[in-house]
Amino acid sequence: MNGAEKKRGGWSWWYLLFVIQFAVALWPPLYNKAEPSFIGMPFFYWFQLAWVIVSAVFTAVVYFAVKE
Amino acid sequence: MQDLNWVALTIFVLLFGFITWLGFAAARWRRGDLDQLHEWGLGGRRFGTVITWFLVGGDVYTAYTFIAIPALAYGAGAVAFFAVPYTIIIYPIMFLVFRRLWNVCSKHKYITAGDFVKGRFGNRWLALAVCVTGIVATMPYIALQLVGLQVVIGALGISGTGLAADLPLLIAFVILAAFTYSSGLRAPASIAIVKDSLIYLTAFVAIIVIPMQLGGFHKIFAAVPAQKLLLAIPGPNTTGAYSGYATLALGSALALFLYPHSLTGILSASSGHVVRRNAAMLPAYTFMLGLLALFGFFVIASGVDKLPEYAAGFNQFHNNFAVPALLLHSFPSWFVGVAFAAIGIGALVPAAIMSIAAANLYTRNIHREFINKNPSDKQEAHVAKLVSLIVKVGALVFILFVPTKYAVQLQLLGGIWIIQTLPPVMLGAYTRWFNAWALLVGWAVGTVAGTAMAIASNLGNTYPLVIGGHGFPGYTAVYTVILNLVIAVVLTPVFNAMGAARNSADQTAAADYYH
Repeated sequence: MNGAEKKRGGWSWWYLLFVIQFAVALWPPLYNKAEPSFIGMPFFYWFQLAWVIVSAVFTAVVYFAVKE
Repeated sequence: MQDLNWVALTIFVLLFGFITWLGFAAARWRRGDLDQLHEWGLGGRRFGTVITWFLVGGDVYTAYTFIAIPALAYGAGAVAFFAVPYTIIIYPIMFLVFRRLWNVCSKHKYITAGDFVKGRFGNRWLALAVCVTGIVATMPYIALQLVGLQVVIGALGISGTGLAADLPLLIAFVILAAFTYSSGLRAPASIAIVKDSLIYLTAFVAIIVIPMQLGGFHKIFAAVPAQKLLLAIPGPNTTGAYSGYATLALGSALALFLYPHSLTGILSASSGHVVRRNAAMLPAYTFMLGLLALFGFFVIASGVDKLPEYAAGFNQFHNNFAVPALLLHSFPSWFVGVAFAAIGIGALVPAAIMSIAAANLYTRNIHREFINKNPSDKQEAHVAKLVSLIVKVGALVFILFVPTKYAVQLQLLGGIWIIQTLPPVMLGAYTRWFNAWALLVGWAVGTVAGTAMAIASNLGNTYPLVIGGHGFPGYTAVYTVILNLVIAVVLTPVFNAMGAARNSADQTAAADYYH
């Protein structure tokens, strides 16, 4: 409990999920391609839309994992 | 311009009538004493998870966004999708940094970023810099909201000359000014619920119906010219379109919550938990924005930009007419009325919050700091209400008498200016290591350099930075805030050594930043 108290407002390893969100979203070479396409949508578009959902899930995980 | 669309216009007017009533009725919602600034200007910090979701969503994803991002996709292609990574990475920032700011602001009854900076660093001039930057960056943003409104009014077929042409905008503006004055932040909060429901309805109906009409996404993307479909692969010795895309997303994201209206939305939440929870829930808007960006390609595939009946609209509003033309072409009049009302009301919500935020800043960090040091609660709220009116009149005059082009350019500059408040506000949420005067010099240099670089690059989005023969074209805001930060870091020990006023003490304690 004392350890948890000290941790308050500090670093948590769960925040690595945020780092992943940032790194993928801000690295265009990763997704700047047409294939594989999905229902006719080039990879560039559906991947970034899918990343919105993955990121929201990551943020929700951090919300539940890191208690204030 | 096409003929007056009576059915759409009637629906549009009815929905506007409804939100007008709602805006005034909101004064009695979760009733508080509107003669106190935190009640008028922050809704009493009482909004729970759902209201905050609508309020911040309606605030960040503005009508102008819904017009301009698809217009950019239509005109420039893939680069418009930077709005998606941009509005992905804002939420970790909200989760971490702005939760801390919510806590400290709630504890010390701070209403603006200027209040926080004054309390944290004890320097009224640094607070003034933050405050003035916020107001100046917000003004053209309000003007752009009125541009969004102007486009849908034009698309309804209302045209005329002289005063008659501007009359609908004037009416909408009077409505906006009146309910903001009387109800404060409660008005946009309640209207945002209606507006966003309409926007979601429009977006999801359109994303299903229009691709069906056009024969599926295969056909739509096949109609988009190859050079618009993806980012250009960078040539040798430059990071090309990649660094442009990534820095636009990063810079826009860092700037977003520094805008006074975003902070006002966050501070009106009822707890830090509400802020954190919303960081996971608000991406629903990002997803919708991504779908809306695709509308630019629907326009290309449908060929509405070539149809004679929309030629006058494109002529008057340029690419901003793309989305209205697409909706007019694809839907029956009554649904067009709903969609246009969603966009039109979508302009009023952020415009109201922006004018309230600018008014809060003036009242707290200029009027109270430099003019009347001990106002009564009532006087303070009164000043804010008046200033919210003045700010809106300014935006209206701007739109009526200055070409739209300048509002767009000023808003671009606004992004570069507002990001210069990042060190005192966002880093200030973590540390007081910086010397306040060093921060002030960093802010000044960043602002001047950013303005000069933007002008040098012809007010484009990106600056063609070259280091050692290698090109890094990127968003000016990112480069200049790095410069700002380097200066603040270098000058802090220098100023401390010179004994330059480590003036008053930090009002805040470490424990104030978390619960």
